[in-house]
Amino acid sequence: MSNKKNILELKNITVSFDGEKILDDISLSISDKEFVTLLGPSGCGKTTTLRIIAGFLEPDSGDVFFDGEIINSLPANKRNVNTIFQRYALFPHLNVYENIAFGLKVKKVPKEEIKQRVKEMLKLVNLEGFEKRSISKLSGGQQQRVAIARAVINKPKILLLDEPLAALDLKLRKDMQTELKNIQRTLGITFIFVTHDQEEALSMSDKVVVMNEGKIQHIGTPQDIYNEPVNAFVADFIGESNIIDGVMLDDFKVKIEGVTLQCLDKGFKPNEAVDVVIRPEDVDIVHREKGLITGVVTSVTFLGVHYEIIVDVNGFKWMIQTTDESKVGDKVGLLIEPDAIHIMKKSKYSGLYGDYSSFSDEIDEISNPDFGFKED
Amino acid sequence: MSSFKQKLLNAPYAFWSFVFVAIPLLMVVYYTFTDKGGAFTFENLKILLDKKYISVFAYSIWYAFLATVICLVIAYPLSYIISKMKSVFQDTLMVLIMLPMWINLLIVTFSWKEILSNNGIINSLFEAIGIGKVEMLGTSFAVVLGMVYCFLPFMILPILSSMQKLDKSLIEASEDLGATKINVIKRVIVPLTLPGVISGITMVFVPSISTFYISQKLGNGMIILIGDLIERQFSVSANYNVGAAISLVMMILILISVAVMNRFADDNDKGGA
Repeated sequence: MSNKKNILELKNITVSFDGEKILDDISLSISDKEFVTLLGPSGCGKTTTLRIIAGFLEPDSGDVFFDGEIINSLPANKRNVNTIFQRYALFPHLNVYENIAFGLKVKKVPKEEIKQRVKEMLKLVNLEGFEKRSISKLSGGQQQRVAIARAVINKPKILLLDEPLAALDLKLRKDMQTELKNIQRTLGITFIFVTHDQEEALSMSDKVVVMNEGKIQHIGTPQDIYNEPVNAFVADFIGESNIIDGVMLDDFKVKIEGVTLQCLDKGFKPNEAVDVVIRPEDVDIVHREKGLITGVVTSVTFLGVHYEIIVDVNGFKWMIQTTDESKVGDKVGLLIEPDAIHIMKKSKYSGLYGDYSSFSDEIDEISNPDFGFKED
Repeated sequence: MSSFKQKLLNAPYAFWSFVFVAIPLLMVVYYTFTDKGGAFTFENLKILLDKKYISVFAYSIWYAFLATVICLVIAYPLSYIISKMKSVFQDTLMVLIMLPMWINLLIVTFSWKEILSNNGIINSLFEAIGIGKVEMLGTSFAVVLGMVYCFLPFMILPILSSMQKLDKSLIEASEDLGATKINVIKRVIVPLTLPGVISGITMVFVPSISTFYISQKLGNGMIILIGDLIERQFSVSANYNVGAAISLVMMILILISVAVMNRFADDNDKGGA
């Protein structure tokens, strides 16, 4: 990573509105041609971060570097950055052609060149023949394509995307994810993508920035943040996870539920209290006697690829994804391999997440864009 | 709801419209095309081709046009500035703008007559600083000023409301695409607030062209507009037929101008804000 050039850098950015801290000491480096996702629940500051990069907002303190130069107060119209807005913000008084040509027209590009480049853009987003179409007569997906074309025609170094897929239905969203990824590869520019959808973030990004309460929680590759989350918030927000209180007895030895387990983590103080993350797919259900931990099955849901089984272990409910069927009421043993265990330091999010006692609620919250702190 | 019930509910309105709108209009048409004896004639309209009347019509249109343009020049930037303010200030300014509308037009006009008169506050001030008295009443300046003062709120309110409804992300989008402040105004704000401008223009132009009170009081009898002509035919000459003919011509003039305006609005309002 270090040999790659940083195209954008945020250093200690802080922003407050009416005394409320929206961004709290945000620092972030983004390399050229990278696909970076800002991920977090609504109100976490991801859109504000995007607005700072776009030039709609000046930070209260901290610096924004673009290609090594400070651009804190450079207005949006002078930045080599373009944005795709959440509701697209297409000009209702202009047709498809005029919308896409807008950026070139205000820069007084010759008419012939505009014509040529709009044509290329329409081809890129598969909207050939739509030139004269009125914006109000386009479907959501088509409006999305016009918004993409209108932004990238200006050949920005960075394209900012503010939850661009939120307004589309699931099927279309999947298609657009692939298409956006292709467009990014074709154009070879940096994408900074804002979303609250963790699946979208994992499948599209080179680098994911998990944010909450105005702070960056974790920066890493999708694999990093899934396999090695830094705290309970990240572990819970990215995918499903069982987060259990544990004690680090020694290097490679952790005690949970009264049982000492082998693990691959080290570097903690002896007997340090920790959060232990175990992903549902990493737990095997075995015969009672063969298990390291024992519990009672309280719910079984068939999901096609696998079963989702909730096991009550001394009042703490584990979620387990397995292809083997169990029955509600079965007394079962749980088997966990050392590499399935990930140890995290205690944080302010400890104890807030990772228990599946209120299982159905949790599903609702995760699929809800307004997902916030509603733990009970 | 059954259609009979609907019709029943509409009845008072239909009755009202018939008695107080349709019948008077028909009477205007009737009087226009009859002489004092009630016989059919074109004479009343022919009289209006006289130079004297033509010039009154021309002046009325000219003054109304001036007042409309001045209102627009004041109202548009003002609305833009107000729409950018915090909502508390916006509300306060809205009340201040509407305040003159709550005062009777006659009282407002009379007040202006006092202010502009030879012994009024402005001339007293001019005298005190040595400029000397300036005759203001009876000039076209006074009449247009009165129109602008009385009808300015009707220009501001529709424009302001279209500015407030404008999606702010469109402005950000145009800045994002490289537009300068002037380009944002020219290419996004103006086209999207045009419907407000059109209705503002209509709402100032129509009362301006038909006013008689402002021109009588501030024109001091020196400036005669269509409204004055009509008023004189009815109250001084008691010539209902010619009065009706002038009214009819004025109504047609207004209808034409509104139609032209709406046509203009339709062409530019694709989709709306």
